[in-house]
Amino acid sequence: MILVLVETDATGAIEVSRETLTFARELGQRAGAPVQAVCIGALPDGARTGLLTQLGAQGISLVYRPDDERLNDYAAAAWAAALLDVAETTAASALLAAGTPRGNEVLAHAAARLDVAMAANVVRVDAPAPFVVTRQVVGGAAWEEMQLPDRVAVLSVAGHACDAQAAPAPVEAEIVACTPKITDHDLVARVARVEGSVAGDAGALTSARVVVGAGRGAGGPDGFADLLELTQLLGGALGVSRVVTSLGWRPHAEQVGQTGSRIAPDLYVACGISGAIQHWAGCQSAKTILAVNTDADAPMVTKAHYAVIGDLHEVVPAINAELRRRLGR
Amino acid sequence: MVNVLVCIKRVPDVSGEVLLTEDEMSVDARHVGFTVSPHEECAVELATQLAQSSGGTATVLTLGPSESIEQLRSALAVGCSDGVLIHAEADRYGPVDVARAIADVVRARADAGIDYGLILLGNDAADTGDFQVPIRLAYALDRPVVTGISTLELDGAGVSARADGPDGAEIFDLPLPAVVAVMEGGVSPRYPSIPGRMKAKKAPVETVSPAREPRGSGRARLKLPPRRPSTVEVLGTGPDAAPAVVDLLLELGVVPS
Ligand SMILES: Cc1cc2nc3c(=O)[nH]c(=O)nc-3n(C[C@H](O)[C@H](O)[C@H](O)COP(=O)(O)OP(=O)(O)OC[C@H]3O[C@@H](n4cnc5c(N)ncnc54)[C@H](O)[C@@H]3O)c2cc1C
Ligand SMILES: Nc1ncnc2c1ncn2[C@@H]1O[C@H](COP(=O)(O)O)[C@@H](O)[C@H]1O
Repeated sequence: MILVLVETDATGAIEVSRETLTFARELGQRAGAPVQAVCIGALPDGARTGLLTQLGAQGISLVYRPDDERLNDYAAAAWAAALLDVAETTAASALLAAGTPRGNEVLAHAAARLDVAMAANVVRVDAPAPFVVTRQVVGGAAWEEMQLPDRVAVLSVAGHACDAQAAPAPVEAEIVACTPKITDHDLVARVARVEGSVAGDAGALTSARVVVGAGRGAGGPDGFADLLELTQLLGGALGVSRVVTSLGWRPHAEQVGQTGSRIAPDLYVACGISGAIQHWAGCQSAKTILAVNTDADAPMVTKAHYAVIGDLHEVVPAINAELRRRLGR
Repeated sequence: MVNVLVCIKRVPDVSGEVLLTEDEMSVDARHVGFTVSPHEECAVELATQLAQSSGGTATVLTLGPSESIEQLRSALAVGCSDGVLIHAEADRYGPVDVARAIADVVRARADAGIDYGLILLGNDAADTGDFQVPIRLAYALDRPVVTGISTLELDGAGVSARADGPDGAEIFDLPLPAVVAVMEGGVSPRYPSIPGRMKAKKAPVETVSPAREPRGSGRARLKLPPRRPSTVEVLGTGPDAAPAVVDLLLELGVVPS
């Protein structure tokens, strides 16, 4: 059995969890093992319906729901305990989750409890028995081939390592309630309360279809007006480089990269950003990249699909004016 | 009073192309410098702030080669009071091994009368990105752990930690002793002052050897991800490129109507 820990939002499984299901299915076919899902925490009706539809489309018939109110608020150790209960009853040989903060955290707890190795941000399984995987290191700028020799393979799947795909034969998915064994000890580190984000909304950035990026080339805290106007004209979000946040020009919630957000928009307009590997780590999954840079040899330009060579303070206002003209605004 | 232990890792400071060593087991760092992850710089900043406000000490620790003293000194220059170097070949150490070696130091210090109420680490190491050492360490010491933390406040006998979650800022209230993995974004690491640098040179650093052989990281080899040749299409130069850019935006269907 291959078990996938699925994370949900208001409408169902989040995109990277759906990718992980597809990744697991492909692995299951090679390893001759069925795939089932586990979903922990609050699940409002809309999310439940969405989740069952998505699982069915992916050909996954069972989703285990550890039934315990104390799991409604996120507590990594308790979630891991619940996941391991399901793993034990299903005799799971592999535990997968998306390489999100929660995915990595719950899996690391599970691996520590099982005393087995864990591979974070796997992009490919090279061999299923014994497990050999390829995973991202150095923010994805290098790959590591890693052996997972233990009785249970624990691995998180890197975001956008594959596309979520429907199975050739959809099934009817159903929920299996189960009673997890959770101790008070597992609940010590739990979310006590949630407050509206003060530092900005990284969620808007990761879900935006268009991200306008700005780096040192913006020139200073006052250099963002045109970039923000372009963001607004395209109904997108602003993303910035670490130089911009560490100089205090913009909040960290807007940072794209290895130590910021990982984005996968339809379009990333990278203005005045050199394209260091740690920034690339966060934007490489964009479908199309348009770079605006004074330096035609900057890595962001050579790696982009399209580029404009020039000063962003001249190019971006011209784009805004042309957009407004064509939109009749 | 809370004594804080903060764990950092010396990593190659690569920003351009990654090069591999001939045996493909490491990143070739001959032509680059070394640094620590921004997450760990923030952990160091939080450690010094919390130690200061509570009248405790901030000890900085690393497991690595003798050159890691450079990274320890950087942390000592911004407010840590003393350092520990676990002298070992970091590449041979998996996250379980690193956690066990740190736990051994924590226990040895406790036996010597120094208790660390709070252990701070980075959320993930900049090179291996295992996302595990803090959690493995917490299990080794039987302490509660939270990860992805941007700010941290001492709160009576415990600590209140804030992380950015899917629905907003998540607050965790933990009793001490605890382990916390810090993420960049909540605090700005200070720059070392000249007196800070002077003090760092004289600050005590204890070098210890790990007590046991590592299990290993499972690394078989490193490789470079497939790289596609540049296919960039230059739409133009300067503001004159604007019409071509807008054509592209419309073609991509990203202009809201
Ligand atoms: C462990 C680690 C983690 C990191 N994490 C991140 C991360 O999450 N995100 C991140 O972004 N970085 C991260 N970094 C930092 C990264 O290595 C780079 O330093 C950073 O991305 C550079 O930002 P930049 O491109 O804005 O600045 P620079 O590298 O200075 O590039 C500026 C670019 O702007 C161009 N330019 C200048 N003026 C103009 C103008 N007027 N018009 C148009 N173009 C102009 C220049 O040609 C140049 O290409 C990390 C580093 C480390 C070591
Ligand atoms: N060799 C090491 N020495 C000291 N701390 C380390 C070492 N390796 C990892 N850590 C700490 O553990 C955190 C998470 O690392 P990792 O689990 O390897 O991604 C890092 O940010 C460091 O704070």
